[in-house]
Amino acid sequence: MGSELASAEQPNYNYNVVRQFTVMTIVWGVVGMSVGVLLAAQLFWPELNDLFQPYSHFGRLRPLHTNAVIFAFGGCALFATSYYVVQRTCQAKLFGGFLIPFTFWGWQLVIVLAAITLPMGYTSSKEYAELEWPIDILITLVWVAYAIVFFGTIVKRKTSHIYVANWFFGAFILTVAVLHVVNSAAVPVNAFKSYSAYSGAADAMIQWWYGHNAVGFFLTAGFLGIMYYFVPKQANRPVYSYQLSIVHFWALISIYIWAGPHHLHYSALPDWAQSLGMVMSLILLAPSWGGMINGIMTLSGAWDKLRTDPTLRFLVVSLSFYGMSTFEGPMMAIKTVNALSHNTDWTIGHVHSGALGWVAMISIGAVYHLIPNLYNRKQMWSVSLINTHFWLATVGTVLYIASMWVNGILQGLMWRAFNKDGSLTYSFIDAVEQSYPGYFVRFLGGAFFLAGMVLMAYNAYRTIEEANEESAVDAANEPQTA
Amino acid sequence: MSVFWNVWIIGLTLICLALVLWVLLANRKVAVRDDQDPENRTTGHVYDGIEEYDNPLPLWWFKLFILTMVFSAIYLILYPGLGSFKGIWGWTSANELKADQDRGREQYAESYERFMAMPIEELVHDQSAMKMGLRLFANNCAVCHGADGGGNFGIPNLTDNDWLYGGSPETIQTTITHGRGGNMPAWGPLLGEEKVSQVSHFVRQISGQEHDADLALAGKAVFTQNCVACHGADGKGSKDVGAPNLTDSTWLYSGSLEGITHSVRNGLANKMPAQKDLLRQEKIHVLAAYVYSLSFDYGE
Repeated sequence: MGSELASAEQPNYNYNVVRQFTVMTIVWGVVGMSVGVLLAAQLFWPELNDLFQPYSHFGRLRPLHTNAVIFAFGGCALFATSYYVVQRTCQAKLFGGFLIPFTFWGWQLVIVLAAITLPMGYTSSKEYAELEWPIDILITLVWVAYAIVFFGTIVKRKTSHIYVANWFFGAFILTVAVLHVVNSAAVPVNAFKSYSAYSGAADAMIQWWYGHNAVGFFLTAGFLGIMYYFVPKQANRPVYSYQLSIVHFWALISIYIWAGPHHLHYSALPDWAQSLGMVMSLILLAPSWGGMINGIMTLSGAWDKLRTDPTLRFLVVSLSFYGMSTFEGPMMAIKTVNALSHNTDWTIGHVHSGALGWVAMISIGAVYHLIPNLYNRKQMWSVSLINTHFWLATVGTVLYIASMWVNGILQGLMWRAFNKDGSLTYSFIDAVEQSYPGYFVRFLGGAFFLAGMVLMAYNAYRTIEEANEESAVDAANEPQTA
Repeated sequence: MSVFWNVWIIGLTLICLALVLWVLLANRKVAVRDDQDPENRTTGHVYDGIEEYDNPLPLWWFKLFILTMVFSAIYLILYPGLGSFKGIWGWTSANELKADQDRGREQYAESYERFMAMPIEELVHDQSAMKMGLRLFANNCAVCHGADGGGNFGIPNLTDNDWLYGGSPETIQTTITHGRGGNMPAWGPLLGEEKVSQVSHFVRQISGQEHDADLALAGKAVFTQNCVACHGADGKGSKDVGAPNLTDSTWLYSGSLEGITHSVRNGLANKMPAQKDLLRQEKIHVLAAYVYSLSFDYGE
């Protein structure tokens, strides 16, 4: 292979910031998922709301959980991988000077501020964009710096073409900037309170245009960028089809942006907007699956590697969950299906089949690939621990989504059941009561997944410690030539 | 919808879909043919050791893509979606809702007709009506009044015989239909803390609870000057304005000295929402009978 040759010409990449973001991916993963497990427990044992009122209340911890897993865990994973991938596939050191550490420390500051203000009850009340306006401004600054670093590196590249992973990272960075700025537009009342610049149905539409594309660009396009580097790299196989990359990239980014209204079916949103959101969501099925096909087919001829390489297993199983979620999504966007699924636990199950099965698993696979490379180790401290982590994560995800499917369909059917006299068969609380077994299974699934993350943190700690010890020994043994 | 927005929506939608279709069709051809040396079937690009095969789009995937596009095109012709174009089936969500409601009304008209013909006093003995009432109550009233109608702090108990506005079937029906708004002004700023304390002891006295006799005596004067308009000279309240009887042991909020002082100082505002726009007359009729039955002694 030409890799030895290439490595000889490799510029001195900036791995420091990649290491920082990689470690924080694991830290925030454990933190965010712990809050998630606590929330799941609160739904089964409501007394747990009273641990430390009002800060421990479900309503305050829920946005903390979503922000921590999406923007802290997912965000750090995207920063780490995009900085690593863009350097290696462009053969250029990161551009941007002081902006590079600014993106790291700025992003960590955003996360810490979120972790303080959300439990205190400061919220803009916009889902997945709860942070108040001063933090929104900080996010904007960090994001602009991120764009300069990323696109600056692309401009500096020594390769003639831009690799497909970077298309996805680039689309994700640009679109999230637009989404964040437009959706967060607000009128400040004081330092801690603001009101949305929009009102009524328009506000709802902007909110879900943002919300759905936080899924589409942050959690899909960005992570497809991760997939396009780490799957072929870990499998050591060429990407299946360049043609497919082109078609599904352009189709995905042009269709995703339309799909938001499916969150507002049967609402005050005009009928035409609901229909348009539904058909665009359906058309999204094929472009979404393009990424799954390209990832999974990349393994053709190398399936045997799955037996021995748990890191690759994480990457491939994440693609299976991705395929499943992106099939489920368009189906749930169909109005008739949505009439049953809307506001039920099915939605939460759908989100987590994407969040745990796709986003977290592919990030975990990428981190297991990154850490040995970043710390000059041949492999992680324990490969069998990766394997244990894999099974904990898979079983956890399956328990989670299966219980939420059952709960969701059960709730949907109970809510719409009528008696012969025209009254509702069940009161709301009846459906809550029936959901309890599912809530317990979900808690169990979350606990499994979290346990895997803790194993990962330990494994990473031992790997890095080993690397540090070795470099200390090397430094001591170095001949003292002045 | 103005002409501009109409053109904007239709134009953007069609241009976007056309471009996607073009990208799909334009990339069907494969640059390198299958019969060439499989080793060289890549695009020739190498990124950090990663190469890319030049495989064609999978046919089943291509067909799936086209299928969703065709479905969407048909859907947008039949249903509203393209700006102000209504779709040739003329469907609207408002019409669908109305059709559903009309169907329901027709379907259940018979049983409601029978109930409407019965006075509430009679309806409480009709098991099927009470079953329907229980469900209506569970879905519309239980959130505040509790599943058993037992009330909560600040929310009246519907199962006893103590009524703020009266417990006759007609009054209950009026309460549900139009709602109620009880208002007690905040006396703290007007009377000052000393008089608030005095009158609170007086209220403790007339409700037969432990109190300071001197303060209660002073409080009697305060009560006469300020409270009798609503609560009556004897403190037994008034059903016309929903002022509670202060001489019994039923307390909507709290009968403790602290609780009474708080109520006098800060005032109270209660709101029972009107149901007339949410529930129709015949449902309110059944519901009123159910609420009446809660405090109704079947033994008599």
